[in-house]
Amino acid sequence: MTAAISADGIRKRYGDVQAVDGVSLTVETGEFHGILGPNGAGKTTTLEILEGIREPDEGRIELLGMAPWPRNAKLLPRIGVQFQASAFFVKLTARETIRTFASFYGVGPKRADAMLERVGLADSASVLTDKMSGGQAQRLSIACALAHDPELVFLDEPTTGLDPQARRNLWDLLRDINAEGRTVVLTTHYLDEAEVLCDRVSVMDHGKVLKTGAPAALVREIDDTVRVSVESGQLGVEAARELFAAAGAEIANLDDNGVSLAVSTRGPGPVLSVLAEQNALRGLEVRGATLEDVFLQLTGREYRA
Amino acid sequence: MSAPSTNTPSIEKERVSTFVSITRVMLTGFMRDRTALFFTLAMPLIFLLLFGVLTKNAGTSHVKIAEVGQVAVLDSMPGDSRTELEKAVTITKYDDESVALQKVKKGDLDGLVEQGPNGQVVLRFSMSDQVKAGAVQTIVNSVVQQANQAASGQQPKFTLAPSQVEDNSLKAIQYLTPGLLGYAVATGAVFGTSLTLVNWRKRRVLRRLRLAPVSIGSVVAARVAVSVVVAFVQTAIFLVVATMPFFGLKLTGNWWLVLPLVVCATIAFMSIGFLTGAIAKTEEAASGISQIILLPMSFLGGAFIPIDNAPHWLQTVSRALPMRYLVTSAQSVLSKGGGVMDVLPAMGGLLAFAALFTAISWRFFSWDDA
Ligand SMILES: Nc1ncnc2c1ncn2[C@@H]1O[C@H](COP(=O)(O)OP(=O)(O)O)[C@@H](O)[C@H]1O
Ligand SMILES: [Mg+2]
Repeated sequence: MTAAISADGIRKRYGDVQAVDGVSLTVETGEFHGILGPNGAGKTTTLEILEGIREPDEGRIELLGMAPWPRNAKLLPRIGVQFQASAFFVKLTARETIRTFASFYGVGPKRADAMLERVGLADSASVLTDKMSGGQAQRLSIACALAHDPELVFLDEPTTGLDPQARRNLWDLLRDINAEGRTVVLTTHYLDEAEVLCDRVSVMDHGKVLKTGAPAALVREIDDTVRVSVESGQLGVEAARELFAAAGAEIANLDDNGVSLAVSTRGPGPVLSVLAEQNALRGLEVRGATLEDVFLQLTGREYRA
Repeated sequence: MSAPSTNTPSIEKERVSTFVSITRVMLTGFMRDRTALFFTLAMPLIFLLLFGVLTKNAGTSHVKIAEVGQVAVLDSMPGDSRTELEKAVTITKYDDESVALQKVKKGDLDGLVEQGPNGQVVLRFSMSDQVKAGAVQTIVNSVVQQANQAASGQQPKFTLAPSQVEDNSLKAIQYLTPGLLGYAVATGAVFGTSLTLVNWRKRRVLRRLRLAPVSIGSVVAARVAVSVVVAFVQTAIFLVVATMPFFGLKLTGNWWLVLPLVVCATIAFMSIGFLTGAIAKTEEAASGISQIILLPMSFLGGAFIPIDNAPHWLQTVSRALPMRYLVTSAQSVLSKGGGVMDVLPAMGGLLAFAALFTAISWRFFSWDDA
């Protein structure tokens, strides 16, 4: 099967900011691919370059076997795009909005209305888009991106700003979209979202893709690392480092963020006994690795959305 | 799921459906925007009504004079001549000269006539209103002439026909209608284009359109169509109001030529809106810049006041403004009997202006804020 997207060495600079710094990416047909990274990592810029609305300074991109830049009218009906911030006409209702977008692709009002119903907006069809809640606006954006039945769908942080219930509902919708055979590329700064939804994730920071793989595989690579944390203030970082070393514990990472002293280690036994000896077990937590640890290991710093 | 679609409709059909739906979007947006409705439809109409009422008698030669004591030429006029005269002049008898003179000075009366010694007719008038001062002199002069001729027993060569004076002068409504229509059309086209452009860019609609298989041509065509529809609605309202008996505009034969003229003017004004919309980042800025262009252009183009008497250099400036071509040509075809040749050159000029401004604007245009 040919790849839905293959990008090689994309770069984009804005003045002093190297927003995208040599991103290479392959997304297989039918894949649910996540681009995960904190704010400012370069996710949106990367996505815009892939979609073909921004010209890269460097790099080669193929979408469904075609170049997205310059604007390629053959490609456009086959892709669907949802922007990070909604793009609606002023003073139109939800129904008018989706019917308008659908008409650009020669899709009739019946299908447009069906799509509105599918994202759960049938009851809000007559609401002006300016008056819709964040969750409603996101769902309408997604419906507008899907009305013409695209093969490849780009979603830029679709769940940001939604309450937990709305997020979960949207996850169900996104899973269904992918299950229908569409390739989905989604950016997110939520680790749990990437873990739950994506077949593969590209972890991004400072304009670079640090690692790409299935969430489970990424975690498994650091699988034997266990994260132990206790309340701050019971043991200093330097003292702890010396004690752990003396006890022969292999430490991957050690830091204190003022709330907790956290240790990533392959040998939790000696670490735990040191903490017990020092009577520093208040607030003890021990857990296996997550994508957060993957990020931590890749960047050497805590993940902060 | 339905399989990802492979049957793309013909490009032609898609263009039409895009044109239709974008036109609908813009019209719907316009109809739901009270501010836009007010500034494009209500305010110009209010201007027309207001100016129309205020200037209802201006430009006509109806003057008021006082007859102090007995003035032979007036008193001895034959009945029908006197009736003719009173169509243009209201004559009030005064016994006290100083009272009448006071009224002339205050402008309540336009002049006074009294019998001087030796059969002289003395006319005293104020120069505060030059048009009326001129009219008073002309009328009194012709009355005296007529009386002289009658006295000399000759057949009068000229008879007083005040109605002719009235017809030849431009009635206020004859310049108010095309002028304020020009202002209305310019407001609609400049603001409509400029605000749509800024709003669509700011709200990322332009960028979303780029990701849809729509041609720029159909989007531009839709915007032109909507602006022309708005301009025609303005024209219809103006003509209906101005031709009401109260305002009394009389349309002449080729008045319909105003329609193609308005189309060309709309396109010219849209190119100004395109420029302000391409430069401005926010709606507020777009409104501000548009207004800064629109008001001086309206004054200099003769939309509010006739500029025939303006200094030469101002007239030269006005020749560079699309407003002038619209106003002058509309005036000509609406009520002064103008024909095709009075609008064709103007239409050409307006389209040339549009081409030039569109080319300039294109350099500033961007799809995106960033
Ligand atoms: N249009 C732009 N002009 C200048 N700088 C930009 C622009 N867009 C993004 N940036 C900068 O590029 C970097 C990456 O931004 P972005 O791609 O939006 O990241 P993300 O979507 O991951 O938050 C940020 O530092 C941002 O400030
Ligand atoms: Mg972003």
